[in-house]
Amino acid sequence: MMSNGLALLSIFTLSVFVGFEVVSKVSSTLHTPLMSGANAIHGVILVGAIVVADHASNNLQLSLALVAIVLATINMVGGFVVTDRMLEMFKAKKK
Amino acid sequence: MSRNLYDLIGLVAAVCFILALKGLSHPKTARRGNLIGAAGATIATLLVFFFTGNKGEAEYHSLPLHHFGLIIGAVALGLLVGVPAARKVQMTQMPQLVALFNGVGGGAAALVAIVEYLKLGSGASTAAVYATVFTVIVGSVSFSGSIITFAKLQELMTTRPVVFPGGRFLIAANLAGVFAAGAWVINSGGNKPLLVLGGLSLLFGVLFVLPVGGADVPIVISLLNAFTGLTVAASGYVLQTTLLIVAGTLVGASGTILTRLMAEAMGRSLFKTLFGAFTAKPQEASGATEVRPVKSGSPEDVAILLNYARRVVIVPGFGLAVAQAQHTVREMADVLAAKGIDVAYGIHAVAGRMPGHMNVLLAEANVPYEQLQEMDEVNPTFAQTDVALVIGANDVVNPAAKNSPGCPIYGMPILEVADAANVVFLKRSMRPGFAGIENELLYDPKTTLLFGDAKDTLTKVVSALKNL
Repeated sequence: MMSNGLALLSIFTLSVFVGFEVVSKVSSTLHTPLMSGANAIHGVILVGAIVVADHASNNLQLSLALVAIVLATINMVGGFVVTDRMLEMFKAKKK
Repeated sequence: MSRNLYDLIGLVAAVCFILALKGLSHPKTARRGNLIGAAGATIATLLVFFFTGNKGEAEYHSLPLHHFGLIIGAVALGLLVGVPAARKVQMTQMPQLVALFNGVGGGAAALVAIVEYLKLGSGASTAAVYATVFTVIVGSVSFSGSIITFAKLQELMTTRPVVFPGGRFLIAANLAGVFAAGAWVINSGGNKPLLVLGGLSLLFGVLFVLPVGGADVPIVISLLNAFTGLTVAASGYVLQTTLLIVAGTLVGASGTILTRLMAEAMGRSLFKTLFGAFTAKPQEASGATEVRPVKSGSPEDVAILLNYARRVVIVPGFGLAVAQAQHTVREMADVLAAKGIDVAYGIHAVAGRMPGHMNVLLAEANVPYEQLQEMDEVNPTFAQTDVALVIGANDVVNPAAKNSPGCPIYGMPILEVADAANVVFLKRSMRPGFAGIENELLYDPKTTLLFGDAKDTLTKVVSALKNL
């Protein structure tokens, strides 16, 4: 059984390799949508923001956590919506 | 919901993110990939509302979450800002919106780590403190850096590299200060060092991006995007949340690769992009008072030139998008094609404000995909081209990228429009392009300039063409 810290480090290391591999070949046409999509994915920090809002033990912590929730939601939802709009146009041109 | 079930569904969300990045890398699956990513993010977010932990363990807590109403309110506020912004933004302004979204994500990650640190107080493990310091530094840099890239792209400030005397010493001192403050947080803890660390990191983000030239801004956005990913991963470590580590690391790693790919597409080394402005010789204010003769023509002249051409290559740039002239260009291309003239669009990898941006803009105007030719494909054909029609583009056809070492875009591959028999530039004025560099080609004897708003002048060209 691995210690918790070591387990997280293993997950981190393996994720680095997966991240490198999945995007190794991308045509320049897709650079912008891919960046935008990846940008939306890190909006998942929203999960962390909700967790710390739940933990918050005083008003300062709560206010900071709520600001983090607003920012993270903008990042995540806005990111996916704008990426979809970009990609929609690529699809339309095939017809 | 127990810990095991939570982790299991979290794993599903993580797989969604991997499939999303993979899907986004191929044209056919890109849109589906994005939707899979959105599904993963939705699953992850909903999940956290149902997690209670295992009964009897320290992390166990009852539902609903504390401050449930406030949390929902904050999410709703984020939706109210984010969704309309993403739906209404003009496609021309999309790059700065992406920069802004990235910045707020970095800010959120830094705040999450700060709150957790404040709560843990002296109970934080050494590793958690290190991760917090990392998150605060990189998250703040990503936040303030992205705001500056936004200001540059929105042209709220100059798009030229901002370099001031002693700048490099200031930035070095700032960096040293950031590290010192980081050590202070690690050694003595407490709120004040953390505040200093955050402040110095924000300043560093500003100083780091200011010297970057306008044309290189997309690379910096991509780099900051990767930074934010790593910040999220570090926050995940502080919170001991596997999903955040996986998602953040994926973005960090893929973002790094993407940054390199973009830099390659622009023929730039990453190092030069970031630190080029420090080593480059200060440019003379280009064309400050110099008045040189140029040949300008009327829309009718251009129409005649086009009418007797056999092959025309249209080189669209950001100016075309600003004038909303995509549809008029397509109309003109249709008229030319009806006259039996061979028409193609030469698309530079970084035409527009970001790699691939121009493809999005032209796709919006229903330009047939077969007519869009990438640089490698179109460059050898310029020698057989009668007219190269450059619409609102400048830097991507500027021979200075080949001929004048030391200029900010030196080394960037360009569209070789100078090989064509005639070159026509549609421009609003003699103002240099986004990178702020004078274009010698404008003074070439075979170049004709057509001044004015791209849409108005093109409409005149189209009606003149129809009358010929």
